[in-house]
Amino acid sequence: MALALRKALAGGIHPPERKHLTAAQAIIRPPAPESVVIPLWQHTGAPGEPLVARGDHVKLGQKIGQAAAFVSAPVHASVSGTVVAVEPRLDALGRMVTAVVIESDGLDTPAPEVVPRSQPDSLSADEIRNIVHQAGIVGLGGAAFPTRVKLAPPADKPIDTYILNGCECEPYLTGDHRVMLERGADCILGLGLLMKAAGVTRGYLAVENNKPDAVEALLPAAREAGIAVAVLPTRYPQGSEKHLIKSLLGREVPSGGLPMDVGVLVSNVGTAVAVADAVYHGLPLLQRVVTVTGRPVRQPANLLLRLGTSFAAAIALAGGLGEPAGRVVMGGPMTGTAQFSLDVPVVKGTSGILVLGRDESLAPVSTPCIRCGRCAESCPMRLLPLYFDAYVQAGNYSRTGELGVLDCIECGSCAWGCPARRPLVHSIRVAKGEARKRS
Amino acid sequence: MPDKDKPVEEQGLLVVAAPPHLFHRVKTSRIMLDVLIALLPATLAGLNLFGPRVLAVIVASLLAAVAAEAATQKLLGRPVRVLDFSAAVTGLLVALNLPPTAPLWLAVVGSAFAVVVVKQLFGGLGNNFLNPALAARAFLMAAWPAQMTTWSAPGDWAVQAMTGATPLAILQRPELLRRLPSYAELFWGWIPGTIGETCVAALLLGALYLLWRRVIDWRIPVTYVGTVALLTWVLGPRGLFTGDPVAHVLAGGLVLGAFFMATDYVSSPVTPLGRVWFGVGCGLLTAMIRLYGGYPEGVSFSILIMNIVAPLIDRYTVPTRFGGRRA
Repeated sequence: MALALRKALAGGIHPPERKHLTAAQAIIRPPAPESVVIPLWQHTGAPGEPLVARGDHVKLGQKIGQAAAFVSAPVHASVSGTVVAVEPRLDALGRMVTAVVIESDGLDTPAPEVVPRSQPDSLSADEIRNIVHQAGIVGLGGAAFPTRVKLAPPADKPIDTYILNGCECEPYLTGDHRVMLERGADCILGLGLLMKAAGVTRGYLAVENNKPDAVEALLPAAREAGIAVAVLPTRYPQGSEKHLIKSLLGREVPSGGLPMDVGVLVSNVGTAVAVADAVYHGLPLLQRVVTVTGRPVRQPANLLLRLGTSFAAAIALAGGLGEPAGRVVMGGPMTGTAQFSLDVPVVKGTSGILVLGRDESLAPVSTPCIRCGRCAESCPMRLLPLYFDAYVQAGNYSRTGELGVLDCIECGSCAWGCPARRPLVHSIRVAKGEARKRS
Repeated sequence: MPDKDKPVEEQGLLVVAAPPHLFHRVKTSRIMLDVLIALLPATLAGLNLFGPRVLAVIVASLLAAVAAEAATQKLLGRPVRVLDFSAAVTGLLVALNLPPTAPLWLAVVGSAFAVVVVKQLFGGLGNNFLNPALAARAFLMAAWPAQMTTWSAPGDWAVQAMTGATPLAILQRPELLRRLPSYAELFWGWIPGTIGETCVAALLLGALYLLWRRVIDWRIPVTYVGTVALLTWVLGPRGLFTGDPVAHVLAGGLVLGAFFMATDYVSSPVTPLGRVWFGVGCGLLTAMIRLYGGYPEGVSFSILIMNIVAPLIDRYTVPTRFGGRRA
């Protein structure tokens, strides 16, 4: 199987892509920073526990935090050097999280366990799952869900399909695009390992049709491995896993459910490459590709950054700012998180650092909802965002629950197209908080 | 350190807000402007058909609506937002719904009623449960029926007033049927009627613009006009399937109502299925009033009645959610 053209999702939007800033920029591997701040909580689930203390010497790839629960992940030193602090630090989600601060000795001395594996092809599914866990691999698409957990679904949820997600539908971001171009073979290799670990024989690689060069680059390896490359129309949020599954297989993940409920697992292309690196080279997850972009950035780039690099250092590595920043966002412009400080570290879920100019940044003035219905038309979950906003204003939270506010994936399509600039995603988050409190 | 006396942009602070951090350029004012642009052909057709005098009616109506909106917003301590053009749309629609002979005070009273009573007193833009222009038309019909039904002949600008039968009045009385204007006259608007409703050609041009700009959805107008056509054909004057659906669609205020008034966002449903039911309901009521009612025309009252039902329709047509059951 080689190439399959598929239907776009129903609903959704087509925002300006703005990927031209970095799409042609090959991934750059800048020198390691002088110091890194590595939070022990970079993933969905329980925070990790520190394995090192102030004054300890650590080596590159050494485990410095261990998983504290089943849904958790270890973290590793991204430089070799001295631990100067283990203390709460601000992260890019606005939380104070226990972090290990390491001053680099500039040597990048690898830990003894970071060695290529001699017979990677004879590994069992269990062994691959264990390597994935020990390497601290989480979903690199942004949600940072521990990959090992995904690979161990309950026995009553048989999995028949693994989808590798290379849609990258967020505007501005090009890291996945470059990974597919430059490490296409490893994407396929990683997908093969993930499929083996999950006991799945059918694999897809999904790419939006705005990346024809990536499709070209992936096809030979995919063909050889028996992986179908699905080319999807460019439409936001095609990369949402629920909508990817619907487009490829026609299955709808039930309300409140997970992809495994319809027999599917989905991982990001970057995750697959990290799995290949861990299995073949013994390399834990200590760096990732980050698109540093936006009009004010002098040299927008795709940077392979050590985890723990500060946003300020990352922006400096992209040539610094040519004009004052108005907003700095972790992730893409549709779902990313606005920062109030640049003294926050790059973590496993940092797909991009987007800087917006002042004129692009001021919060728009909301005017009354005119019930035009654009939000409902664009909602890929077929919800009615205008009513969430109206009922939140009125304090009627139970009604937002009845209308399915918990099904919202917060893709932001509704708020993007709202002519009255209603703060729809904000209202939805308020409603979700209330709905969770009640349930 | 942040300095509270300086504006944010001078402090080097970063803006923090919930996502998204990117917006489509369309704003409410642009949508309202599109409606004004779409009404331009019908407005010009009205001038051409009924003479320069109607320009005074249109200007009076527009100015009254905008002034009433600004004054009310000021008095109620609300932000003055006449530049969103929503009052201008109401004012123009009031004018297009008046007969060419309407005295200027009638236009002013109608526009002021629409904006102050129907719109602002219920909370302003987004909160009016009725279409303001149609509510004003109903109010004027009830208060000044004579002035609201004095027509003038199209093309003959010197004739100031006539009380001849409109095509819809003819359609209600089979003995007059031979006096029904030709389809061409109905299509191009050479018939007595309100300023903006007679020239179907100009209205359709504007409607196409609104559909192309994706300001309106096809569901309400298509189901509305389709239902009227079907019912007036089936329930003909000489038994089943003897009606004249073409004349019923082209005559009266159906095209103006279906494309420009029933599609008013605020007073119509937002769900796709709800819009279909809304259009069908408008069509059913319009056909019933025209065929069996006391008034020759029923577009205004049909839409107003359906406006009241719109929130209920929304409530019972919530789409089935992705991966979910009906809410």
